[in-house]
Amino acid sequence: MRMYDLPDERGHFGPYGGIFVAETLSQALDELREAYAAARSDAQFEAEFRYELKHYVGRPSPIYHARRLSEQCGGAQIYIKREDLNHTGAHKINNTIGQALLARRMKKQRVIAETGAGMHGVATATVAARYAMECVVYMGVEDVRRQAANVHRMGVLGAKVVPVESGSKTLKDALNEAMRDWVTNVESTFYIIGTVAGPHPYPMMVRDFQSVIGEESIQQMQEMAGRQPDAVIACVGGGSNAMGIFHPYIAAKEVRLVGVEAAGEGLETGKHAASLCAGRPGVLHGNRTYLLQDANGQITETHSVSAGLDYPGVGPEHAWLKDNGRAEYVAVTDDEALAAFHALCRSEGIIPALESAHAVAQAMKMAPKLPKSAILLVNLSGRGDKDLHTVAERAGKKL
Amino acid sequence: MSRIQGRFEALAKAKRKALIPYITAGDPTPSMSVPLLHALVDAGADILELGVPFSDPMADGPVVQRSGERALKHGVGLSDVLGMVGEFRRRDNATPIVLMGYANPIEAIGTARFLPQAKAAGIDGVIVVDYPPEECVEFAQAAKQHDIDPIFLLAPTSTEKRIHEVARCGSGYLYYVSLRGVTGAGHLDLSEVSKRIPQIRAATKLPIGVGFGIRDAESARRVAETADAVVIGSRLIQEIEAAPAEALTRVKSFLRPIRQALDASFSK
Ligand SMILES: Cc1ncc(COP(=O)(O)O)c(C=O)c1O
Repeated sequence: MRMYDLPDERGHFGPYGGIFVAETLSQALDELREAYAAARSDAQFEAEFRYELKHYVGRPSPIYHARRLSEQCGGAQIYIKREDLNHTGAHKINNTIGQALLARRMKKQRVIAETGAGMHGVATATVAARYAMECVVYMGVEDVRRQAANVHRMGVLGAKVVPVESGSKTLKDALNEAMRDWVTNVESTFYIIGTVAGPHPYPMMVRDFQSVIGEESIQQMQEMAGRQPDAVIACVGGGSNAMGIFHPYIAAKEVRLVGVEAAGEGLETGKHAASLCAGRPGVLHGNRTYLLQDANGQITETHSVSAGLDYPGVGPEHAWLKDNGRAEYVAVTDDEALAAFHALCRSEGIIPALESAHAVAQAMKMAPKLPKSAILLVNLSGRGDKDLHTVAERAGKKL
Repeated sequence: MSRIQGRFEALAKAKRKALIPYITAGDPTPSMSVPLLHALVDAGADILELGVPFSDPMADGPVVQRSGERALKHGVGLSDVLGMVGEFRRRDNATPIVLMGYANPIEAIGTARFLPQAKAAGIDGVIVVDYPPEECVEFAQAAKQHDIDPIFLLAPTSTEKRIHEVARCGSGYLYYVSLRGVTGAGHLDLSEVSKRIPQIRAATKLPIGVGFGIRDAESARRVAETADAVVIGSRLIQEIEAAPAEALTRVKSFLRPIRQALDASFSK
C-alpha cells in the first residue's frame, strides 16, 4: 500500500475517516470537497498560500539545535522546529490561512471556528480580520473561563466568541455547536476546523496546509545536520501539528514518527486525553477514529494540563498510522510535561506551550538512551505565554 | 412483511395518514419512558420513534439536546433503551418502534451483536443519523436480514442522486427532514415540502414521512397533504420538559387534536 494516495475518494484512511454526518450536512461537504479539489490543483491558489505564509506568518520557521538541553539529557542531539515563532504563536495559523483563502474563493463572507485553548480561535480571528470576514468562534463555557486572555484577544481582533453550554461545555461540544451553525448558515458560512479531524475533506485539507512544517524540516535538516533525524516527535491533540510534520516524512521509512498524547494524571487514573493509547475506535464528529468512550459508547470527558490536547478523539490518519505501525504513539503526564516546560525555559530560553512541552518531555525521555550522534527533531507547536497562568497555579502562585 | 410496512399498508387502505411522535428514551426519567410510549399510542400514534441518548448529538437543536442530557444524567444507554422496548412489547405487540440515534452507541455494542438484540427486543426500524448510505451499505443489508428496516433521512439540500441512493438502501419509510439546520430550528417551509415530496415519490415507492418542523394540528394537516406520515419531535418534547411530572397527560392532550385533525381531513 502506498500511503501517499490516502485518503480515498470519500476520505478513508484504511478503516478510519470517512464522512459520517447527517444528511443535512452532506451537501455542504460536497461543495467543500469540490472547491478544495479545484483549489488544490490551482497554481494561483498555491502561490497565494505560499505568499501569505512567507510574508504574513513569517515562514519558514527555523530549526534550532538545542545544544544545552541535549547536553543535559546526555545522549541524542535535540533539534527544535520553531512553530512557536509563527505569527500568533502557534502552528494553527498555517491552516487558518489556507482555509480562509478557500473561503474567499468560495465567496463566503462569514467564518466560524471551534476552539479549546483558544489558539485556533485566535488564529481564525486573525485571518478573519486580515481578509475582512465576519468571525464567530464557539468555545465551551469551561474553556471561556480557563482561557480568559485568549477570549479577550479574539474580541480585540473583532471576532464574536459564543460560549457553549451544552454537553461537557468543552472543545468537543464547541465543535458540535460550530457544526450546527454551519448546517444552518451554510450559504454564507465557511467552517474552519482547527485540526485534522471532522468529516472528509477536513482531515486531508488541514494536513495539506500543515504539511509545510514537514516539507521545510526535510530541507532544513539536510542543511543543518546533513541528514534527516532518527525520530520526529510531536504532540497530538487532534493531531494537526503532528500530521503536518509527519506527513512529508512518511515515505522516509528510516525516520521514526512519534506522536505524544496527554496522559494527564496518568493513563491508569482515567484522567487523561490519550485517545490512541487508551481509546477504542468509534464514530464522532463525522469520522471513524480512536475515541475515549464509556461502555455505552458515550464520549467521555478528558483531562490534560494543556487545554489544546484536551480532545477525546484524534485525526483518522493518526489512527491509520498507529494500526499499520508507521507511527508510534506514547503518552506523557501533566507532571512530565511541566518538568519539560521548565527544562526548556531554563536550558534554552524558550518558553514552550504546554501542548508542545509534551513532545519535549518525550524527547528528554528518548535522548539519554541514544548515542550522541543520534538526532531527534521536536515540533515545538506553540509558545507558552498563554500557559503562564496555569504554570503559576500549579506552583501554588497567583499572577 | 415488516410491522412498519404492514402499518403503512393498513393506513393506506383506510386512506389515513401516519402520526409518528418522537421522544428520547430516558427523558424525563427512565421509568417514565414505557408509560410515555403507551400514552402516545393511546393518543393516536401509529409508529413510535424512540431517541437513543448520545453525548454528542451534532445534528440536533437545543430541545432534543436537552432531552438527551436529561436521559444521560440517568445513565441511559442503548442496552437500557432495548430493555424499555422489550417492556413496552409486553403490552403492545402491534405498534412499530423505530430507534433513532447516532452511530457510536451502536458501534460500541458492535453492529453484529446489536441487530439480533434489537430484533429480540421488538424493534422494527433504525435511523442512524450519522450513517449516510455510503458508510453503511453492509449495516443496512444486515439490518434487512434481521427484519429491521434501515430508515434514511433526506433534507431540502439532498441532490437527485442522493434521493435515488437513499431510495435504494432504505426500507420501511423515508424520512424527509423539512428544515435547513438542526432539529427543532426555525419554521416549517410548506412550499418546499410540497415541491420536494413529489420529487422523492418519483424515486421511491416507500412511504414518506416529514418531520421536525411540525408544531401543531394545522401544520401537521398541511404536511399530510403531500406526505404519508408526520413526525413530531421537538414540540412534543417541550411538553415533557415544561412539566415532567405531568408528562403523560400533557403528551396525550398535545397529540390528540393532531390525530383528530389528520383523521378529519384524511380518512375514508
Ligand atoms: C500550541 C498547540 N499545540 C498543539 C495543539 C494541539 O492541536 P493539534 O494536535 O491539532 O496540533 C494546540 C491546540 O490548541 C496548540 O495550541
